[in-house]
Amino acid sequence: MTVAILVLLGGAFGAPLRHLLGKWIPTHFPWAIFIANVSASFLLGLVGAGVSTGWLPGWVLALAGTGFCGALSTYSTFANDTLKLAEQGERRLAVTNLLINVVCGLVAAFAGAALGRAF
Amino acid sequence: MKISRTDVAAVACGGALGALARHLIHLAFPNPPRDFQWTLLWVSVSGCLLIGVLTVWLERHPGHPLVGPFLSTGFLGGFTTFSSYAVNVEQRFHYGQPGVAVAHLVLTPVLAMIAVFAGTALARRVI
Repeated sequence: MTVAILVLLGGAFGAPLRHLLGKWIPTHFPWAIFIANVSASFLLGLVGAGVSTGWLPGWVLALAGTGFCGALSTYSTFANDTLKLAEQGERRLAVTNLLINVVCGLVAAFAGAALGRAF
Repeated sequence: MKISRTDVAAVACGGALGALARHLIHLAFPNPPRDFQWTLLWVSVSGCLLIGVLTVWLERHPGHPLVGPFLSTGFLGGFTTFSSYAVNVEQRFHYGQPGVAVAHLVLTPVLAMIAVFAGTALARRVI
């Protein structure tokens, strides 16, 4: 029950932050989602490693991980934006969007986890 | 640039519920830590299918202006997640399961793109 409340609370901050990033960075190429996905991947890597090595309490994973990072990052809008770019005939931008999210998201997750395990 | 507070509130409500729905699905269909994370994959793929349908629906039946922020940016955005995908791949590599890592790394974006395409195409025919 407490975990559910922490997830709700984290989600209530993560999703609107992603929405605001989109308002602050209103570019044709979906940079806001890229920033949201990469930064959330870094933070979740850090928090996940922090909880598994014991320097962060378990509840932080529910609040900051499952809730906040989970809602800050998104797969649905990312895939939808990629499809829209392709449909507009901008296939290079679509492929670029797909690749930079996956590659930079993964690098960020590795960096966050490495930092989390180093503490 | 104008920021609507009601939009932000609708996104927050949708995002909180989407994150909770994802959490509850993971509780209902848990995957052992060393196994392929099927639940995470299907959450991503189903969310992509639904956003394809929803985007077409909202183009043709705009309805209340808060429906998009609540359901699309909020609920589906909060339901699906990129960070767990990236961190799960990292963990599979870290725990010496490169095969599972690569399978998850490649399958998720491929199935997500097929799902959003299928959802969009289906909705354009039906709606």
